Amino acid sequence: MTPQKTAPAPAEPDTVPDDDVVLRLEDLVVEFRAGNGATVHAVSGISLEVRRGETLGLVGESGCGKSTTGRAIMQLPRPTSGSVVFEGRDLATMSGEELRRVRPKLQMIFQDPISSLNPRRRIPDIVGDPLVVWGRGDQRAKVVPEVLEAVGLDPAQVADRRPHQFSGGQCQRVSIARALVLDPEVLICDEPVSALDVSVQAQILNLLEDMKARYGLTLLFIAHDLGVVRNISDRVAVMYLGRICELGETRALFDTPVHPYTRLLVSSIPSMQDVADLEQVDRGGGEMPSPMDPPSGCRFRTRCPLATERCADETPLMREVLPGRFTACHHPILDHAGLDHTGEDVGANAADEHTALPPDGRPGKEDA
Amino acid sequence: MTAAAEDPLAAPAPVETPTAPGEPLLVADGVTVRFHTRNGVVRAVEDVSLELREGEVLAVVGESGSGKTVFTRRVMGLVSGGRGTEVGGTVTFGGTDLTALSSTELSRIWGAEIALILQDPMTSLNPVKRIGAQITESILLHRRVSKAEATKRAIELLRSVGLSEPERRIRQYPHELSGGMRQRVTIAIALSCDPRLLLADEPTTALDVTVQAQILDLLADLQARLGMSMLLVTHDLRVVRSRSHRIAVMYAGRIVETAPTSTLFANPLMPYTEALMNAVPPVAGPNHVRLQVIPGRPPNLIRPPAGCKFSPRCPYAQDRCLTEEPPLRDAEPSPLSEPSRRSPSAAPELHQYRCWFPVGSPAWAEAKARNVERGSSAAGTPVTEEMVLT
Repeated sequence: MTPQKTAPAPAEPDTVPDDDVVLRLEDLVVEFRAGNGATVHAVSGISLEVRRGETLGLVGESGCGKSTTGRAIMQLPRPTSGSVVFEGRDLATMSGEELRRVRPKLQMIFQDPISSLNPRRRIPDIVGDPLVVWGRGDQRAKVVPEVLEAVGLDPAQVADRRPHQFSGGQCQRVSIARALVLDPEVLICDEPVSALDVSVQAQILNLLEDMKARYGLTLLFIAHDLGVVRNISDRVAVMYLGRICELGETRALFDTPVHPYTRLLVSSIPSMQDVADLEQVDRGGGEMPSPMDPPSGCRFRTRCPLATERCADETPLMREVLPGRFTACHHPILDHAGLDHTGEDVGANAADEHTALPPDGRPGKEDA
Repeated sequence: MTAAAEDPLAAPAPVETPTAPGEPLLVADGVTVRFHTRNGVVRAVEDVSLELREGEVLAVVGESGSGKTVFTRRVMGLVSGGRGTEVGGTVTFGGTDLTALSSTELSRIWGAEIALILQDPMTSLNPVKRIGAQITESILLHRRVSKAEATKRAIELLRSVGLSEPERRIRQYPHELSGGMRQRVTIAIALSCDPRLLLADEPTTALDVTVQAQILDLLADLQARLGMSMLLVTHDLRVVRSRSHRIAVMYAGRIVETAPTSTLFANPLMPYTEALMNAVPPVAGPNHVRLQVIPGRPPNLIRPPAGCKFSPRCPYAQDRCLTEEPPLRDAEPSPLSEPSRRSPSAAPELHQYRCWFPVGSPAWAEAKARNVERGSSAAGTPVTEEMVLT
């Protein structure tokens, strides 16, 4: 294991990051002012590292701050405090002009593919625009058809078309093409398939995997659909009410969640597999409290079956409870005998599975 | 739910002591809905026939545009003929033909006998009326009770759907509640007059996953306790897997497969059903799994393709599929569905499908091999490995 790479404590701001880390969030805070003088605590101090070439999934329910985190990375708007270190430089303190120069390397795609495209422009113009902005308009004729083809659109066929002539899935392909045309390092995908039909989702998910390989991308994949996140991510961070409650390698995290909230989430996945029951998890009747008035201490404590007084008094810090697994919980669930949804004998294997990971905690692609 | 979950086929009786599914409560026969628009006739629902028995949970599954919502609305009587809408077929509820009733007569059934839950709990509640008034409204309409009694009943209902502090809630307005709480209120309203049939159209799609699980658990529990029949309409096969007795899969306004839930999952015969199952990322086993891709998108219902409506997207399509629409026909009894798993009722365990080359049959294997070899289906759709993972 390489703990120095995943140490949760914020590093000194001027530390040169490891080559391996492409994006580092340090104690990121985003707050919005609500009308009545109240403050919305959308993101409350998250620290996270995105490693080069990985897909990091960011999951959580609506209102947990996952989209705000994605946008704060893009400095849209700039975070209230904390830093976003991209390739060694803090985006949060950059001037507008510097930021503009960095932005091509960070691209984003959004949930609603149709409304994120200008309805009055033709597809090749939409995709080629970033090149024009960067004074590389002369490359359009070469690059645009290449990228369109890469995302599975026939350049000749789409030449005269506008977004409304396409379905949601095809518009998402266009969005991806537009994001890729400047050859970015990091692609932030904010709920890229939630607006699509199931049969179309799979096309886009497979495409993202292909584009990641072809363009050497690092993906930050933000979504609420746990099945989708589980399949595409190498590591997953689970957010609840503005904080990260658990972070770890995908399969291990889903198989043996340590944070009670992760356990609740995983047990709520509608299953396509044989329904080995997770009914023993008490789903309670609770819902996420308002981010305008988050609970003291651990923010999940109001719904947590394991909560004690300590959880109200003391905010749990992120710590490594299993190799490569971090959680912010005073009472992490480290005994998983009762939580087996793989149908395998987890009792013994759970530990093996963690230690069997490659040292960097990033397993290669496994064949289906 | 108990140890039965060990057996892979032992999925999903949602009801622990099944209210023995008995007589058909709801019979849809040849239901057809067409909308005349400027661009042409939208054939939203074509000749859909379904039976829902007492105490049964029937799931209708389909993607957007499959006609599942229009069908549900037609059952409810919310879509009727005239002004550019053409309807056909009959919907019989407890022996009464709903399609022949006037709206005054229907309003005696709405809420009292058949209740409806919609996807978006914000828009299905009245934003300027207190929760309590919205629940008592239908109680006062359908039952001879005093206002005080109705309020008492409203409080009980809110408690039974798991809302905390019901006495306070009835004084609140919808905007003061979260999405999950609002959906609980709409369920309380739906249950206020003990309906025999509950139509739930995407009841959890707008909700977060943990809340979705709570609401689905609640519906299953109430259904079992009250012995209601339920028509559960959804786009997500996963959510009905453990919560329905039977499933009807819709595509392009038609039923393309219907079977008992466990049979459908063990032995899907229509390629579309199979593809839907494989297109969803698995929640166990390895990640970075290549998902089975269904190429293209759902058909245009104004100009649906000739022959089988799925043929342009089907990796197994042959010439016949392009010209001749397969009828809905009965499946051979499957070796995979054990008789012991079948429901105790006398009703037939109908498994019907609409395909010339049902998945798993020798004809299917041949069609698949042919298409893989020539690299395309008869419709000219390139057939890649991604499309025929199974």
